[in-house]
Amino acid sequence: MAERNMSPNKTPIPEQDPQVRNKNFDEVALGYTEEMAVSEAARCLQCKNRPCVAGCPVNVQIPEFINLIANRDFAGAYKKIKETNSLPAVCGRVCPQETQCEAKCIRGIKGDSVGIGRLERFAADWAMKNLDEKAEMPKRNGHKVAVLGAGPAGLTCAGDLAMLGYDVTIFEAFHKGGGVLVYGIPEFRLPKAIVQAEIDKLGEIGVKLETNILAGKVISIPELFEEEGFDAIFIGTGAGLPMFMHIPGENYNGVFSANEYLTRTNLMKAYSEEAATPMIRFKKVAVVGGGNVAMDSARCAQRLGADTVYIVYRRSMEEMPARQEEVHHAIEEGIVFNILTNPTQIIGDDKGYVKGIECIKMELGEPDASGRRRPIPIEGSEFVLDVDAVIMALGTNPNPIISDNTPDLEVNKKGCILADEETGATSIPGVFAGGDIVTGAATVILAMGAGKVAATAIDKYIQEKK
Amino acid sequence: MYKILKKRDLNESNVLMEIEAPRVVKKALPGQFVILRVDENGERIPLTIAGVDHETGGVRVIFQKVGYSTTLLGEKNEGDYICDFAGPLGKPTDFEDFKKVIVVGGGLGCAIAYPIAKALFDKGVEVDLVVGFKTKDLIILEDEMKEAATRLHIMTDDGSYGKKGFTTDGLDAVLAEDPNYDAVFVFGPPIMMKFIAQVTKKYGVKTIVSMNPIMIDGTGMCGGCRITVGGETKFACVDGPDFDGHLVDWDEFMRRSAMYKEQEAEAMAKHKCRMEGMS
Ligand SMILES: Cc1cc2nc3c(=O)[nH]c(=O)nc-3n(C[C@H](O)[C@H](O)[C@H](O)COP(=O)(O)OP(=O)(O)OC[C@H]3O[C@@H](n4cnc5c(N)ncnc54)[C@H](O)[C@@H]3O)c2cc1C
Ligand code: FES
Repeated sequence: MAERNMSPNKTPIPEQDPQVRNKNFDEVALGYTEEMAVSEAARCLQCKNRPCVAGCPVNVQIPEFINLIANRDFAGAYKKIKETNSLPAVCGRVCPQETQCEAKCIRGIKGDSVGIGRLERFAADWAMKNLDEKAEMPKRNGHKVAVLGAGPAGLTCAGDLAMLGYDVTIFEAFHKGGGVLVYGIPEFRLPKAIVQAEIDKLGEIGVKLETNILAGKVISIPELFEEEGFDAIFIGTGAGLPMFMHIPGENYNGVFSANEYLTRTNLMKAYSEEAATPMIRFKKVAVVGGGNVAMDSARCAQRLGADTVYIVYRRSMEEMPARQEEVHHAIEEGIVFNILTNPTQIIGDDKGYVKGIECIKMELGEPDASGRRRPIPIEGSEFVLDVDAVIMALGTNPNPIISDNTPDLEVNKKGCILADEETGATSIPGVFAGGDIVTGAATVILAMGAGKVAATAIDKYIQEKK
Repeated sequence: MYKILKKRDLNESNVLMEIEAPRVVKKALPGQFVILRVDENGERIPLTIAGVDHETGGVRVIFQKVGYSTTLLGEKNEGDYICDFAGPLGKPTDFEDFKKVIVVGGGLGCAIAYPIAKALFDKGVEVDLVVGFKTKDLIILEDEMKEAATRLHIMTDDGSYGKKGFTTDGLDAVLAEDPNYDAVFVFGPPIMMKFIAQVTKKYGVKTIVSMNPIMIDGTGMCGGCRITVGGETKFACVDGPDFDGHLVDWDEFMRRSAMYKEQEAEAMAKHKCRMEGMS
């Protein structure tokens, strides 16, 4: 064991210079070297009661894997993480560690918490580069499971079931698997090659991915059971329905939902010369919202050549739901934050293209149902930002295609599928659900956790039915 | 990968293709559409389903080589493959229990007008099919259309075939003689649909238009296809593609459809350069 590192600060992670990276789509954070990882791992106190593990939705054995890194057993560390987390290279990059594992870290009381996310990413990247293990095809048990949607929930559920011997087919509406990981989260935060490598690994253990299938419309739930012979179904179709503000001017040319803007940019690769999908290179862009989606949209807009990009957010910096690191990166890259500001209308020119966004200043009042202080407009404080594009990153709702076409499937008022928390079981026997389609827009790790829980429950359901 | 089973040039710029997609064939209903991608770098292009062949598992689409992606698709041949083909998407056309209808098709819109007319005609509905083309050489599917309507009215802008005039003139003539139609279905360029809706409004006949805005996913997740109908925002890919022609905000629709004109022209120019460089 290396000597304990008592530095109060996290080992910094090398990053591309902000003024360089805000013009390219290459990854921002470059990752730890072996030396940095070992040194950061030595900051872990190996607490007996492991508070960090309780903060992890999928129970990664955190002190154990960190100890292995400290002892330079990187392969061992990777395997330890993989025991409970099937997508470590993804989670190490996009999990909100500061509210999960790292929030519970004892080192965080006096100084920085241990860089658990950075170490997780290190172990996963190291394995990708150095381990060349072909996964072994598990022995088949003769049962078929259909997974609808190839986002983190579906991929995790499919992987776990395949390992248990099930013949799993994923049906995905888009032409590519990955869900938000490929259409939403940009390349500079999560390289698509990493997601693809994870999907390829599922192929090695026999998971089939059928793309271009909009379940509910092209194949119905009853058909999957009766005609295609599946024994159980997992629904992980996410929360893909964009919201708009319903203010005047929202249909001017140059107003986008974040989903459209990010899909054009990331999935359809509008940033590259080769891609056929067009994107206008806007010069001044306003992004409305304060979550990860807003940060991603703003940073994409800047990389696509905008001179000025504003975040317009109605609450204050403290209430912003985005990961801390994303806000920090956005500020470094020169994104301008207009907080306590809310749009009132979008202004167009005589040809119907956006030329400005009128906003009103807000102040914080009493806490609302979410516990955050409610923003209240300050009368007469309207002002106009000159912009040629507006991106609405206000959140998303579940897509109703499956529930509309499956009358027996119970949903709540918001359209989220009702599923048992412990099992993912829905109102239809043999149909399970998890991820954003159940919770509404949440996080990658929660979606993965739900996929895992459902895989266990599906196994139990099929074994008991036999 | 999806195989091109059949390709037929309908005229210089319009192409008919049948693409193998048995899952789509099984579910497709008149009025629905597919989204396809030609290759790995391709954009997702929506095309209305113009018919299916249950024996071969082929889905028929008809397109005009106008932009970069449709030109690329037009360069593919029988036996070639395209990389993605998703559908059927959108809601099927609602035929209610119409007894007597007019179906209007403008130019390439006839590719869609024809299967709708045929579906109605085969159900025993009385169908007037009013179709318009710029000139005689651009007429497509004439024989097929004859078999799909009680009366076929062909219009050409220059009078080189059928009656001289636009589809609006043809439609006006039919309605002037007898305004007692249950509905008018309209397929064609936005500007034509806009003016057809003005004609039918005059006669108070229900008008169903098939909208084809810019789309990406076709599943309701981007909102790029939004249009205003009766003052409300609708997503054409999931709420449509059929809407009440009297309620559509046509000017907004045409404006949004033209959003990427510059980018498309650029892409086209680059493609031409590349092709010429190769030959
Ligand atoms: C821009 C953006 C940035 C984000 N950043 C972060 C972050 O940094 N950290 C974090 O933890 N979370 C982040 N999130 C949230 C996170 O990505 C989601 O919570 C997570 O992806 C949900 O996973 P899922 O599997 O439930 O659904 P999704 O990832 O949405 O996947 C659903 C899949 O189902 C497909 N589908 C939908 N309908 C059908 C159908 N009818 N038939 C077949 N397939 C269908 C979709 O095409 C999609 O591929 C972000 C989200 C966005 C949009
Ligand atoms: S095409 Fe994306 S919502 Fe209709």
